[in-house]
Amino acid sequence: MSENQQLIVPTMADYMAKGESPEILFWVGCAGSFDDRAKKITKAIVKILNHANVKFAVLGTEESCTGDPAKRAGNEFLFQMQAMTNITVLNGYEVKRIVTGCPHCFNTLKNEYPALGGNYEVVHHTQLLQELLDSGRIKIEGGSFKGKKITFHDPCYLGRANDVYEAPRSVMINLDAELLEMKRSKANGLCCGAGGAQMFKEAEKGNKEVNIERSEEALALNPDVIAVGCPFCNTMMTDGVKHFNKENTVKVLDVAELIAQAKDL
Amino acid sequence: MASSIIFILLFLGGAVFFTINARKVRRNILLGKEINRTDKFSERVKIMSLVALGQKKMFERPIPAILHLFLYVAFVITQIELIEIIMDGSIGSHRMFRASLGGFYTFMVSFIEILSVLAFIGTIAFLARRNLLKVPRLVKNELNGWPKLDANLILISELTLICFIFMMNGADEVLYSQGLSHAANLGDGSLGLSISSHLGPMLFGGMSPEALHMIERIGWWGHLVMVLGFLNYLPYSKHFHILLAFPNVFYSNLEPKGKFTNMESVTNEVKAIFDPSFVPPIVDPNTPMRFGAKDVTDLSWKQLLDSYTCTECGRCTSACPANITGKLLSPRKIMMDTRDRLQEVGKNMDTNKGEFKEDGKSLLGDYITPEELWACTSCNACVQECPVNIDPLSIIMDMRRFMVMEQSSAPTELNGMFTNIENNGAPWQFSQADRLNWKNE
Repeated sequence: MSENQQLIVPTMADYMAKGESPEILFWVGCAGSFDDRAKKITKAIVKILNHANVKFAVLGTEESCTGDPAKRAGNEFLFQMQAMTNITVLNGYEVKRIVTGCPHCFNTLKNEYPALGGNYEVVHHTQLLQELLDSGRIKIEGGSFKGKKITFHDPCYLGRANDVYEAPRSVMINLDAELLEMKRSKANGLCCGAGGAQMFKEAEKGNKEVNIERSEEALALNPDVIAVGCPFCNTMMTDGVKHFNKENTVKVLDVAELIAQAKDL
Repeated sequence: MASSIIFILLFLGGAVFFTINARKVRRNILLGKEINRTDKFSERVKIMSLVALGQKKMFERPIPAILHLFLYVAFVITQIELIEIIMDGSIGSHRMFRASLGGFYTFMVSFIEILSVLAFIGTIAFLARRNLLKVPRLVKNELNGWPKLDANLILISELTLICFIFMMNGADEVLYSQGLSHAANLGDGSLGLSISSHLGPMLFGGMSPEALHMIERIGWWGHLVMVLGFLNYLPYSKHFHILLAFPNVFYSNLEPKGKFTNMESVTNEVKAIFDPSFVPPIVDPNTPMRFGAKDVTDLSWKQLLDSYTCTECGRCTSACPANITGKLLSPRKIMMDTRDRLQEVGKNMDTNKGEFKEDGKSLLGDYITPEELWACTSCNACVQECPVNIDPLSIIMDMRRFMVMEQSSAPTELNGMFTNIENNGAPWQFSQADRLNWKNE
């Protein structure tokens, strides 16, 4: 399949018109919808879902920010307004299961929506990938990452926030690559610097940027790929790699992109 | 007889004074807002057993964990000996359990002696880590002044206490071998204490019986005074963690770390907007409603308990991405500031007959600056690191809420982000109608 291959992206409205419901809702998120780099991750996820014949749908123009950055910045009112708006839409479509392309959306939908009336089974895309691999709906043999050195940067809102450490790693085992761990990994992982709404503001005065500190740690392992599971980590690590002029030798790729590329999707 | 009276007065005095101060700390903690942390009892007992009693999180860093374990186990086990000291002191007996417990007594006291030696080594190592090796997290700016002195005083007191134990036991061993000890003579020629039966003759051999009795008494009374002094020092010190660690871990947040509280007051307002038929619960007009936290009394009792439990080890700060990269934020300082301000509020109440008299100060501004709060990435590293499950992040978030919802003082870029979310449902200036454009790009 090629770059121009047509993606099949039905919306919840399409399903409803047919009187059907999908297996799962793919919550694309703001970064996945609008950020040029993150859109590639979104497409990689869709390619995998299409390849595995997963009956999924997106909300499309009915999706709105989960409110995560507002909440972490202290604007609880705006967060809850967003949450209520989204819950009205989600409950209207009787959504049961959601996969997100972003750990921040994942955390908010999974943990903070239930008390406001939004009860769904929420998984991060690396968890869905693991599920598809385990059930044999996708298979990877070798592929272009065989023997390559890959290190995974744990997103805070997937790892520490929700104790999901194994899903991305067990997905990447299928790549036949050499998986390296940074000293600060899993529960001790270092933030990329974007969380808590930092993505949307200048950092406070200090002597270093957080993403430089983290990229330096990752680059010390001489990896071919720094794998990430969050569009914001992706931006931060990509900038960090550029800072050290390593962008030609070290790629920053989402776990979904690794799987899509290994399968030549 | 006279010594029994002195003992009982000293002991009761120490106990009463401690109770008075501990009750003040309890009152201060209960100035916090209500939060339910009494559900899931068995899960709470389990986490307390693992994390507080079992020191599970300490072992993320093995070297300080082992050194700390020496002190911890010695501290806990030595309390058994305290029972005998209380009995002996009250009725004027000497090693009253020795005759009845026999070999078990020798084993217990010997075991305590070995632990005391290990604790001595641990304490010396801790002093070295602070003052000679200058482990980075133990010499950060926020520890200058009283916190540094507090830490060293605690360690020096522990050394002194251990010295008193060996003066008491060592001199008694020499006296016993000469048939002069007041302990029950079982005709065995030695008390058989693992360390003191060797250390005693080395240090005190050849001294006169009078001198030996004097040393033994100094050790015994010194031990007692140190224990009572230490107990009464706790409420003024970071060292309160030895007691508060247990309830603090018991009342841990058992939810996923990423799950932040949804403010109920906001939910009521938002629900009323979405559903005109929704009737918000009646709020007591006497309690002024405030969004987020400006001062310690806006925090929950658990957050205040956290502040008294903090022993300023700085694991949180050493894992904080903001602090690592030179920003002003230090999660440990957040906890220290919270406690210091709460102590100030408590003292204010003490001098004003239990009522707080407005002092024009607050936690936000006078202790913690906005610059510190805005540097947080909410990554939860500090929460993960804390060996006693303190949650500095929740305090940071509550204060951000106050800055945004009460003061509208968020950094300009964040206000832009809020406006974008409000207007187009995304933190950037993109139209919601374009959300699916990626499909065809």
